[in-house]
Amino acid sequence: MPLLEAAGIGKVYGKLTALDGASLTVEENEFHGLIGPNGSGKSTLMKCVAGAEVPTSGKVSFVNRDITALSPTERARAGMSLKFQITSVLPTLTLYDNILLALQAQSSLFDLVFSRTRGALHDQVMTMLSQFRLADRAHDAAAALSHGQQQWLEIAMALAGKPRLLLLDEPTGGMSLEERRVTGELLQPIKQHCSLVIVEHDLDFIRDICDRLTVLDQGRVLASGTVAEIQANKSVQEIYLRRA
Amino acid sequence: MGAAKQALRATLGEGSEVSMADDGSNRALPARQAAGLKVLPIVEGLVLIVALVLPLFLKDYLTVFATRVIILALFALSFDLVWGYAGIMSFGQALFFGSAGYGVALLARDLNVTSILLVLPAGTLIGLTTSLLLGGFLLLGRHPSSVIFVALGTLTGSYAADRLARGWYYLGGQNGIPSIPPMTLGSYDLTEGPVYYYFALGILTICYVLCRFLVRSQFGLALAGLRENEPRIAFFGYKTQHLKAIVFAVGGTIAGLAGSLYAFHEGFVWPNMLGVVISTQVVLYVLFGGSGTLIGAVIGAVIIEGVSFWLSDNYREIWPIILGVLLLLVILFRPLGLISFVLGERERVGSFGARAREKRHAAP
Repeated sequence: MPLLEAAGIGKVYGKLTALDGASLTVEENEFHGLIGPNGSGKSTLMKCVAGAEVPTSGKVSFVNRDITALSPTERARAGMSLKFQITSVLPTLTLYDNILLALQAQSSLFDLVFSRTRGALHDQVMTMLSQFRLADRAHDAAAALSHGQQQWLEIAMALAGKPRLLLLDEPTGGMSLEERRVTGELLQPIKQHCSLVIVEHDLDFIRDICDRLTVLDQGRVLASGTVAEIQANKSVQEIYLRRA
Repeated sequence: MGAAKQALRATLGEGSEVSMADDGSNRALPARQAAGLKVLPIVEGLVLIVALVLPLFLKDYLTVFATRVIILALFALSFDLVWGYAGIMSFGQALFFGSAGYGVALLARDLNVTSILLVLPAGTLIGLTTSLLLGGFLLLGRHPSSVIFVALGTLTGSYAADRLARGWYYLGGQNGIPSIPPMTLGSYDLTEGPVYYYFALGILTICYVLCRFLVRSQFGLALAGLRENEPRIAFFGYKTQHLKAIVFAVGGTIAGLAGSLYAFHEGFVWPNMLGVVISTQVVLYVLFGGSGTLIGAVIGAVIIEGVSFWLSDNYREIWPIILGVLLLLVILFRPLGLISFVLGERERVGSFGARAREKRHAAP
């Protein structure tokens, strides 16, 4: 069984059909890229998987469980995590507290009120920060970080709860070339315990880190397969040439 | 870039909330905080010391006034917890204050129950129950409720309770319930004066310390997340609606305690105590003093009540206009309240990792 299986997803906003029977399958420990021209429905599909939008039709299964109607909180507790397209770190909190906030999400109310888990979580917070090269700024407010660093902090927060699937919506948006390269490096090690779905415009980046790709066009899946298969696919080349 | 400058950028990074007036006076703050000096405990200590010695210098009628202010500060504390920390726009906080006031007034009038050991827990329980009911209704829907829905819902609740009390003969209608006997402890009558003052101050201090403990705990960190970006933290797995309902109920509980103290102190309750006017007043206390700091709520209540008292004595005709202008000026130019003159953004938000704090102190 695949880790994530979204089948026949449709999403209609009034007269606009954003998704028309799109599907997406992600295996354990797989990095899966979701690409397509602007308006092809990538972000909408991502939102339907994440629970930010409820699909008009279709079914989303995660770890053999139908999650189509679950709330974001329930999805997170089932092991799904995401990073939004717009950076949403908490700017006034320190980096340390941003990570702690993510890590302690499933502590009980009693533990939270009496701060019973913060000692035990300290090492995990510092490990996450070092892993994303932010340890020396642990006590700065997140607002003081560069845009690229904020993106890393947010990926670190998304990974803090040890999810089995991480959804990344444009992780390298607004990053410099060097930052993109580092982002790729930072993501590689997580493959051991986590699958990834990435929506991204930077095709080079996608090609470098993904195992499989799904190409969307006008709300439908145009092609799905390994990177090599997609690169050889005539119709994929066509839509990218057509719109370029 | 120097540490101070970086911290300043962090302070200003907040954006829209921090406005024009901040440039000048805040510049010195982050440097002071980088040196590890905490402003908040100093302010809290000063306020407590002033409050402790105050009755020694006040005439009797002013001690009575000061007691009323202490009780209103407790009420303001409840609102700051709900709004300043959890970001819940509770525009009907007086509903819990007034319900508890009416509740204990009825206990005293109809059942002759005036023992402190019974009436204060009863009032607190009424605050808890009403806020659980209203909070459950407003906050625990299928989908997270919008800020405006909660604001209007609480406002309506408060307004409806006010109207209900006005129209209900059993509750005394327009006149409310007069001549409530004093609270008793054994055979001792707790009447207005220095003893009541210190009693109320003791309760305020206890509640303050409990609230402070709560907002600086890991639960407080969750509240910060709730306030700053509720949808985001739901994706971490927080049960955001439950968190909100809990804070709302804690706020309602404290408001209920304040309401019962108020009813016995004044010796009567009347419909305004439930209504929109007092609900708004408490919003002003917190805005004026500085939301999300606890002590700001106390300072705001003291200053607004003090200034109104003084103005109404000296400028009988135009004092509401003067007060209104004063409030507007502070809210326009100091959106983070009076406390922001001495308290920087970093300390206001605080940090929550226990060991992190030790490590920072150890660093050279």
